[in-house]
Amino acid sequence: MPRWLAHLLVVALLAALVALAFARVNYAWNWPAVWAYREKFLLGWLTTIAMSLAALVVSSLIGILASLCLQSQRPLLEAVGRVYVELIRGTPLLVQLLIGFYVIANAVGLENRYVVGVLVLSLFSGAYMAEIFRGGLAAIPTTQRDAARAIGLTPWQSLRFVILPQAIRLVLPPMAGQLVSLIKDSSLLSVIAISEFTLSAQEVNAFTYSTLECYLPLAAGYLLLTLPLSALARWLERRFHYES
Amino acid sequence: MNLVVTDLTQRFAGTTVLDRLSLSTGDIRALVLVGPSGGGKTTLLRILAGLDLPVAGRVAFAGRELPRDEAGLQAYRKTVGTVFQAYNLFPHLSALDNLLLPLVQVHKLSLEAASERVREPLERFGLAAHAHKRPAELSGGQKQRIAILRALVVQPACLFLDEPTSALDPEMAAEVLDMIQELKLQGTRFVLVTHEMQFARRAADEVAFIGDGTVLAHGSAAEMFTNCPQPRVRAFFQRILP
Repeated sequence: MPRWLAHLLVVALLAALVALAFARVNYAWNWPAVWAYREKFLLGWLTTIAMSLAALVVSSLIGILASLCLQSQRPLLEAVGRVYVELIRGTPLLVQLLIGFYVIANAVGLENRYVVGVLVLSLFSGAYMAEIFRGGLAAIPTTQRDAARAIGLTPWQSLRFVILPQAIRLVLPPMAGQLVSLIKDSSLLSVIAISEFTLSAQEVNAFTYSTLECYLPLAAGYLLLTLPLSALARWLERRFHYES
Repeated sequence: MNLVVTDLTQRFAGTTVLDRLSLSTGDIRALVLVGPSGGGKTTLLRILAGLDLPVAGRVAFAGRELPRDEAGLQAYRKTVGTVFQAYNLFPHLSALDNLLLPLVQVHKLSLEAASERVREPLERFGLAAHAHKRPAELSGGQKQRIAILRALVVQPACLFLDEPTSALDPEMAAEVLDMIQELKLQGTRFVLVTHEMQFARRAADEVAFIGDGTVLAHGSAAEMFTNCPQPRVRAFFQRILP
């Protein structure tokens, strides 16, 4: 059986099951009520994309810094990196958002909730990015550094021409995967009243009492972003799979 | 090359790998280091190539002392070439770009001048047709010959080769050894670590037998292979030479 046919079959089977379940609950559909709010959905969807992309950029920078800390020979820097990564990865994003917004941002006088949202999301994602970058750099054999030194490259040149080009190929696929997580995790920004995709759906639901008509498009809207990204991650992995 | 090594000592994690090793050569072109595995040959070669700093001791090439700090060593490494057992080509670059990288980035040649510099050697060693391939697409022998060229095109004062044929089957090893032989005839100076005794006998001006972190015997190729006074060295050669 060809792969695409197998995928189609599984999706069709799943759709049939879901349709059957919906048929049994006798749900009274009211699509027109929700359709009236389509612009709100679109705006929320675009906000989710913007917040996720912003967080991807900022968390990449944080991740690079943190991965450098993790590999540092100085105990204090290594401790900073390790505590950051373990603390963030070990606690729920929900708690981080609430403390970040109501306590820390308040204390330092940061009022723009969108800025706070991107920052907290970036700090959260940066901890995962740090491990992605650390793993990418660790995967480059030390013999490559040796060869770079042997031909007379400076440490900076060795990073720029030898280590990073190879490490980037290794970290791109997991970074695309991390963006998928970011997009879904950004739904929690709704708890600090950022009008992203999920909050839009919640609000429309509050106006129309049409729960499924709000949340089904919500799921579809996320899939529209995450499925192509997963495909991209797999493509990148194949593309850069050469072996020395 | 007039290599003078004095009381060279190297330790890794408390283990002494080189133990006050001393060696002094004449003004020769080819020095071959032989001896049992784990005896310190590679460690010595890495220090000579400026890749590692010794714990103690001195090295001088043609009367010039090797620098004792990383900054100085970095400048020194630009003037020599190193070839590793596992080729250590850069897998993300084509064979050609592997050769151009040191010329353009370290020796500041223009891309045109660098391309011109590598064209003739690529052709002479039958590698021009493979220049645009990535290392993964090359045979082991081709990879090692590209690696030798990468070390050579910068016109180093001396080439350091660490068991360049150990990872190769006999046919590919012959390709690489032929290339080294040809380079020697053209005047390239080199220090070679090898287990290929036939080749060592043919190519070496002097041979040093390294064992237990020190020089157990040292002399011209003829002296060393035919009638070495050291019983341990004689036994080693008798075991591995046909």
